Amino acid sequence: MLTKRIIACLDVRDGRVVKGIQFVDIIDAGDPAELAHRHAAAGADEIVLLDITATHEGRGTLLDTVKRTAAELFVPFTVGGGIRSAEDAAAVFDAGADKVSINSSAIARPELIGEIGSSFGAQAVIVAIDARRAENSSDPVGDAEVYVAGGRKPTGRKVVDWAREAEQRGAGEILLTSMNTDGMRSGFDCELTARVSEAVQIPVIASGGAGSAAHFAEVFGRGKADAALAASIFHFGVTDSRDLKAELQRAGIPVRLPC
Amino acid sequence: MIQVIDYKAGNLTSVLKALNYLGAETHVTQSPDDVRNASKIVLPGVGHFQATQLLHDLELTEATREAIASGVPFLGICVGLQWLYRGSTEAQSTDGLCHFGSMCERFPATYNNNELKSPHVGWNSLENIREDSRLLRGVPNGGFVYYTHSWRAPVSADTAASTNYGGDFTAAVERDNVMGVQFHPEKSSTVGLQILKNFVEL
Repeated sequence: MLTKRIIACLDVRDGRVVKGIQFVDIIDAGDPAELAHRHAAAGADEIVLLDITATHEGRGTLLDTVKRTAAELFVPFTVGGGIRSAEDAAAVFDAGADKVSINSSAIARPELIGEIGSSFGAQAVIVAIDARRAENSSDPVGDAEVYVAGGRKPTGRKVVDWAREAEQRGAGEILLTSMNTDGMRSGFDCELTARVSEAVQIPVIASGGAGSAAHFAEVFGRGKADAALAASIFHFGVTDSRDLKAELQRAGIPVRLPC
Repeated sequence: MIQVIDYKAGNLTSVLKALNYLGAETHVTQSPDDVRNASKIVLPGVGHFQATQLLHDLELTEATREAIASGVPFLGICVGLQWLYRGSTEAQSTDGLCHFGSMCERFPATYNNNELKSPHVGWNSLENIREDSRLLRGVPNGGFVYYTHSWRAPVSADTAASTNYGGDFTAAVERDNVMGVQFHPEKSSTVGLQILKNFVEL
């Protein structure tokens, strides 16, 4: 049976894993390679490394960090941040990534999705969407807006429309982060996740708000997510994937348990 | 020396990394002579079946056929498994190796009246593992492996393990020295490494 994926996310700045709350208030959480291996050993199904400062500071992806992290990591490994061209993506794949996550650069130039996909396959392209619910709308979820540049800049684009376009252009997966719930540990944005998941055929990874096993169960159920991503919940020993998965299994959610 | 065939279908880094981690010597090639003289052959690949046309164009199909006939162990991964079959409905004009008889087909849009998402992405379990499989030795039924694909091969007598997604499909195929896996062993943690190790040690 296809299982629901638990993805551990490492937000990296200056070669260190950091964690913010609602995209600000950054604190240090450790070494990327060490944390990636710890997560994989504890049963995380995938690892995502996001270079969170790459876009607005104009820096390239930290290829050395990617290389060091990818060494001896035998679960799917995604890298995002600062990938603006198929050449940038190729460098990240060469360093050992299996997928790239593109966000601002895909909004700026949607052709990029197809360009990376045609060389490396659709499965290697994740389009990340930072979403904020609409204010002063009768449908704040349906009218949720795409933000770029680390959540700093509104685009005027609706999340559901952009997710559909990304799929049509050849994205392999959607990574949906709710800025309303990110870092709050009060649960994922299930309504928004379900809306996007129903709108596309490709898998949707929910992100933002993980605080307990119940939150994961909720987003896999009501939120119709195929995978869920979390960072801080794992880094500070709140729980690890093994405990989380055991709880999810008890809740009837299909998960991969190490044999 | 394991010859890893590069036919420009995706990224070889992960496959090479895993084989080297297991102590195997690898060489990336597009040369028919390398393939003929290989001690083992790995055909990785993700993406579109059309990409396998390059194998014909580079005369690697015939070289592979000769190597296989002389008993060289062959492992196809993902599209590399599909290539062992007659072909795929993804690219009707491109023949496979025809070592196995069936055609690879797309997942149905619905299964048991439920919508079936495609591609099939994520960790799914190996079932009905054939006891005589050399490739899957030591892998338990229910062991999880990582998939990402939209086309799959049907179950047949050569199926070494199946996986259920919209019905059973061939997760691994094995007849003598010719083997293939639809999943990505290089990304399937300890279970995947066990499978690659079995192949390296053949």
